[in-house]
Amino acid sequence: MQQSSKHWYERTYDWIESRVQLADFVRESSAHPVPSKTASWWYVFGSASFVLLLLQVVTGILLATIYVPSAGQAWNSLQVLNHQLPLGWFLRAMHGWGSNFMVAVVLIHMMQVFIFGAYKFPRELTWLLGVCLLLMTLGMAFSGQILRFDQDAYWGLGIGASITSRMPIIGDQAVHLMLGGPIIAGATLSRFFALHVFVLPATMLAFAGLHVWLVLKLGINEWPTPGRLVRRETYLKEYHALTKRDGIPFVPQAIWKDAMFAAAIIFAVAFCAAVFGPFGPTGTPDPTITQTAPRPDFFFLWIYSALAYLPPSVETPLIFIAPVIGLGILFGLPFVAGLGEKSWYRRPVGVLALLVVAVGLATLTHLGTYAPWSPHMTAWTADEIPDHLVHGDTPLERQGALIFKAKQCHNCHSLGGLGGQRGPALDSVATHLTEDQIIRQVIQGGGNMPAYGAALSPPEVTALVAFLDTLHPPNQQPATDASRSIAETDKPAFKEPVESTKP
Amino acid sequence: MNSDFDHQHHEPNEPAQSPASSPVAATDSRVADRRKFLFKLSIAINAAIGLLIATPVIRFLLGPLRPKGTYDSWIALGKLADYPEGSTLLAFFRNPTTNPWDGETGNVACYVRRQSNDSFTVFAVNCAHLGCPVRWFPQSQLFMCPCHGGAYYADGSRAAGPPERGLFTYASRVDGDTLMIQAGSLPTLANQAHLKSPGDCPGRSSAANSNFQLVKEIAPCSKAPNTGTNEPTIG
Repeated sequence: MQQSSKHWYERTYDWIESRVQLADFVRESSAHPVPSKTASWWYVFGSASFVLLLLQVVTGILLATIYVPSAGQAWNSLQVLNHQLPLGWFLRAMHGWGSNFMVAVVLIHMMQVFIFGAYKFPRELTWLLGVCLLLMTLGMAFSGQILRFDQDAYWGLGIGASITSRMPIIGDQAVHLMLGGPIIAGATLSRFFALHVFVLPATMLAFAGLHVWLVLKLGINEWPTPGRLVRRETYLKEYHALTKRDGIPFVPQAIWKDAMFAAAIIFAVAFCAAVFGPFGPTGTPDPTITQTAPRPDFFFLWIYSALAYLPPSVETPLIFIAPVIGLGILFGLPFVAGLGEKSWYRRPVGVLALLVVAVGLATLTHLGTYAPWSPHMTAWTADEIPDHLVHGDTPLERQGALIFKAKQCHNCHSLGGLGGQRGPALDSVATHLTEDQIIRQVIQGGGNMPAYGAALSPPEVTALVAFLDTLHPPNQQPATDASRSIAETDKPAFKEPVESTKP
Repeated sequence: MNSDFDHQHHEPNEPAQSPASSPVAATDSRVADRRKFLFKLSIAINAAIGLLIATPVIRFLLGPLRPKGTYDSWIALGKLADYPEGSTLLAFFRNPTTNPWDGETGNVACYVRRQSNDSFTVFAVNCAHLGCPVRWFPQSQLFMCPCHGGAYYADGSRAAGPPERGLFTYASRVDGDTLMIQAGSLPTLANQAHLKSPGDCPGRSSAANSNFQLVKEIAPCSKAPNTGTNEPTIG
């Protein structure tokens, strides 16, 4: 028999191949010609996203061998992973950093695809699947943040429920559906666990498989050339002519860059995991601990910032209409701009739109990292008033500085760069507000400042205002009210205005 | 070992000699029609079974939906003596509906404000903007939210920031020497928003209270504190 001349492994291969019959398909797929210019470092982000997805699946399964999806025990099981099991912390860190890298690489992949016009005919469906994959990646990031069942996760769910509750008519019921009950508790964690571990990963793998299948069937997008327009009638013919004339086999001439980059990305994830460690968990998800300042994970900071800046009157409509418009644009893009120019040199609107969106998201994210709209809840006890601002003050003015601390003014107003940024910094407040204006502002509030009339006794107001009136640069006089001198002297102030005497 | 198989697996590509090409099937179009019909029937039966199974699945998924208010019940929040007059204190209670595995997430915090001997207001800790936990500062008599900078006065009315309204409240009553509140679901805009009764005052925000007040008398608002405005007043 001829088989006897073959090695045992060759015979095993033949035995399997005669049944699955995949060899021809694999051979054709790997040898299929791609335009030589697409063997570029710009084309590695899609495969890197897929490799990261597989990494997340593997590390996720490993974490699931320990993690307990129970509201009462999830946090404890994360502590066991972090501190008791050998290298449990490293796997948590790999999964967390893998998630960050995946969101980042998917976003870069999307920007590259947009700027290279790859969403145009005939690759519209590939783009649509890609948009779905982006949404699911973000969904995984959000639900993963919830599985890290800590204070940020708990109050993140609270924010989600509050947004959901703003839906007209069905708001209340939608909240109960989202939470799996009347409050954020065990049922909430369990349903997000099911989403994160079963529903989303399975859907993502299916969609990613279809996404890659379309890339195989339709060919990788060619490098855009200015003036070479996409036409429905001629594109396919031109593309095939290009791959015939200028094609190189995908394996090995193009794929080596994908493989290199994938290795680099996986190494980067492992490096960050080893050096920076796992994310959280922060405090226990105990809703009776109100001493907390919840923050979303990095990739949702822009939403957090946007919600701080939306005017209250348009907030609810915008929360529901803006995502619909955004998704409408993403899904509609290949149908509106599916033909014509691909090169970024001739698509100024596209390039500009991408820049505006990128700069906008980056700015909001940056603002979210220090949240200038939030009071610094501990500034009144933790931050000090710089020495030079109280140096040489009278006892009354020093008493005012104490009141500035004791009444939490420092939580919203900074002095010498310390304290909250919710309200204006007060380092030179005396130069633009007269004493009377300061008194009025303190007692009545206004301009988004609460009124402190009920919380301050008259002597406290006097002391506080005396202190605030000292806050001006040495070379600049405090602001004075010209009419004050008229009232006090009962005649027009022809000469320089006199500052009122301090009490 | 596999030589037989190697021959077999090419067979489907070769000209078929299968039963389908037998003279009976080829000539009798009724057989083909019947098979088409049976195929359609099998799809219809599967669709029907699918619907049948989908019904309990959907009902199961909609399980958390209950008529408004059914999650809520009256629960004791401690003795009146625990809350000195004129104070605002953080209080805790166990949510009336919990599962054994809810752990500490089954606990709920609230702020109890005792204005006078028998007048209580019980605030939710959840900010009316997006639900973050507000913190009470007795020194400045303010509730401040750490998320987006919402601030409320001691009576719960809005002082500053993005919230459009005052703090959420739980309905409360005094039962002998016990403070009772009606609670059970996460306070949100959906279950806390209600039409303002005419004559309603800031702080007197519980629906039951304001209605009671309306029936009794058209009471003037008890000297409302200066509420902050959005009007820029500086410069």
